[in-house]
Amino acid sequence: MPSYVNPEKCDGCKALDKTACQHICPNDLMVLDKTTMKAYNRDASMCWECYNCVKICPTQAVEVRGYADFVPMGASATPMRSSDSIMWTVKFRNGMIKRFKFPIRTTAEGTAEPSGGFTDPGSLNGPELSTEPASLGLPKVFTLKG
Amino acid sequence: MANFETVTVETDVLILGGGMAACGAAVEAAYWANKNGLKVTLVDKAAVDRSGAVAMGLSAINQYVGLKDGANTVKDYVDYVRNDLMGITREDLVADIARHVDSTVHLFEKWGLPIWTDENGKYVHEGRWQLMINGESYKVVVAEAAKNALLANPKNQIFERVFIVGPIMDGERCAGAVGFSVREEKFYVFKAKATLVAMGGAVHVFKPRSSGEGMGRAWYPPWNSGSSAYFTIKAGAEMTCQEVRFIPVRFKDAYGPVGAWFLLFKSRATNAMGGNYMVERVDELQKWAPYGRVKPIPANLRNYLGMLDIMEGKGPIYMRTEEAIQKIADTYKDDPKAYKKKMKDLESEAWEDFLDMTISQAILWAASNVQPEEKSSEIAAAEPYFIGSHSGASGAWVSGPEDLQTDETKPVYFWGYSYMSTVPGLFCAGDASGASSHKFSSGSHAEGRLAGKSAVKYALEHNTMPNVDAAAIEALKAEILKPLDVYAKYKNATTDPDINPNYIKPRMFMFRLQKIMDEYAGGITAQFTTNESMLNRALELLALLKEDAQNLAASDLHELMRAWENVHRMWQAEAHVRTILFRQETRWPGYYFRADKPKLDQENWCVFANCKYDPATGKWEMMQRPVLRVFPEAEKATV
Repeated sequence: MPSYVNPEKCDGCKALDKTACQHICPNDLMVLDKTTMKAYNRDASMCWECYNCVKICPTQAVEVRGYADFVPMGASATPMRSSDSIMWTVKFRNGMIKRFKFPIRTTAEGTAEPSGGFTDPGSLNGPELSTEPASLGLPKVFTLKG
Repeated sequence: MANFETVTVETDVLILGGGMAACGAAVEAAYWANKNGLKVTLVDKAAVDRSGAVAMGLSAINQYVGLKDGANTVKDYVDYVRNDLMGITREDLVADIARHVDSTVHLFEKWGLPIWTDENGKYVHEGRWQLMINGESYKVVVAEAAKNALLANPKNQIFERVFIVGPIMDGERCAGAVGFSVREEKFYVFKAKATLVAMGGAVHVFKPRSSGEGMGRAWYPPWNSGSSAYFTIKAGAEMTCQEVRFIPVRFKDAYGPVGAWFLLFKSRATNAMGGNYMVERVDELQKWAPYGRVKPIPANLRNYLGMLDIMEGKGPIYMRTEEAIQKIADTYKDDPKAYKKKMKDLESEAWEDFLDMTISQAILWAASNVQPEEKSSEIAAAEPYFIGSHSGASGAWVSGPEDLQTDETKPVYFWGYSYMSTVPGLFCAGDASGASSHKFSSGSHAEGRLAGKSAVKYALEHNTMPNVDAAAIEALKAEILKPLDVYAKYKNATTDPDINPNYIKPRMFMFRLQKIMDEYAGGITAQFTTNESMLNRALELLALLKEDAQNLAASDLHELMRAWENVHRMWQAEAHVRTILFRQETRWPGYYFRADKPKLDQENWCVFANCKYDPATGKWEMMQRPVLRVFPEAEKATV
């Protein structure tokens, strides 16, 4: 923990070429145990609770239990992330449930075009970046000469 | 020696890191490299989609100048940053990022980042420079553009799960980097004409407030382990502002952001007696003039006023969330329907602020049955961090752009290629470059782009692959893999692999470093206070730690990475201690306090405190560099 794996749901991503949680964890914490074919978090005290393992798990086997050294027991925050939004279910210690939904992106996955459609020839020796000045919305890049 | 295959990769431009600055560098370098027939390679220790400081997401973009709408000028931003950093800033660098950052934000929006807009289609501001976003997938979107830019050309390469340990050199010139895979037994040698370091700041150099499981809930992510600082120091680069650590005041323990509460919701923070330190301690600010008289009050001084309350036993300090929300909703009190809707919107905004970027804080609220519209939450100063992109300033001393120099600044701040360190061929961006604070996520990306373009220009104008001595590579390989060898050699000497007189494991090594820094270099236990004797004692203890680094042991690839991350932290720590010792004053009292030099000394110390490690002799050199103005000091009346 703080992220932990439900053994009944985890299938070790057996159908995929890599274990999803192990692939995504920014701190190299999620590991697939090759004997049980279940994933686990190898160091709870280095977990940022970034939820990337939770969000990416194809079987929703990964959850987060708040840091035991300062978080009272009994609460949870559970995401359901789709291609354009995320829905959070927040469960309070006293049983209250709150639900929130937020957009996550406005374009289709994979379509981010590096230039953003801003085309300007530019020069390697000038102050303009590859999309400038168009992407600034200004006729030219600011310089000390005004 | 551990039997690792050596994999050699040659590239024109090498980008080290995968966060905001590295993704900016990738987008820009790919464009110019493609035009000029060059190859770009990016190396990340994690997966680019969710690596770096924005891996979880963010709820705001903290740098947007608003140039196209005439909302602010480049000079306005420079004035803001200079004052917040108590006068110590590189105006050329801050101005360069400020003149390009809007362009980067407009790209984010095109790539698919949802930026809040009002009924007129204008961005919703959290504060003067901050934009509200739905930022859960901020990094995913930015990484996607970077990968699309790189992979459009089949000769470019992206390596994930390769941990970079340090530089390789061709004489004075940086020749690339070495590291290892954390997935398979491979040692990597990247040879490059230009190398761009963007491997983040440093967390866990100081003992954190939470030392159990919650240690992982650092404010900045625990995978920021000082790799940029180590790389540039070991290459022999001049470093700047190594004393300017940052201490964030955040919601206590889970470190949820306070920006939206202070700026958007206009919340107050009050102590046990109901007093507001920002009001009651206003006279203290005069002692830190001229900066104490500036609006907004510099972050470190706001911290300091709160710390004085805590030191006088007036804690806890509460963010008055219920009061702030009520005040906003009250403007709708004559219309019950609108009031109800406003309360619901505010509740959602308050929760999204945490769920986008600090989910732990949402869990802590729920676990404590806290609803912000009903009950206040505690805030506190966290532990020190090294983060040149935020309100700290530590990083390498880099060249500014030629066209933002005056006759006076040019000889001091410009040496050919912007964002190049004092080591030829070694470029820096994000937390890796110093004295250009308040870049945050957007400015780091913009700076990455600037550095990426500059690195391509350098590679074209120095279009020969540096020579790297094969024996030097072999020696580095042996040194880097040594913790595996130490473990293999001694592991059977005891019945518990963690208790062994022949070696030290990375985790205990980190705790030893943190204890030294906490107690002697002004950590939380020392109430952020230190003095010359304490700092000299820290150096004695760090020297012993450095000797013991030779005996680090690693049982697997993950632990080998941890071993080197902690060596990186140790070098960041040493640069920090030496620079605090060098600066004979207290300039940022809410970040650290020199009890033996308790006052600001404008006459002698309104300068940069720089340092440089000489890899040949192992000696450190400390030096002052002048703070020079690029923009005339028109606002003198307010400063």
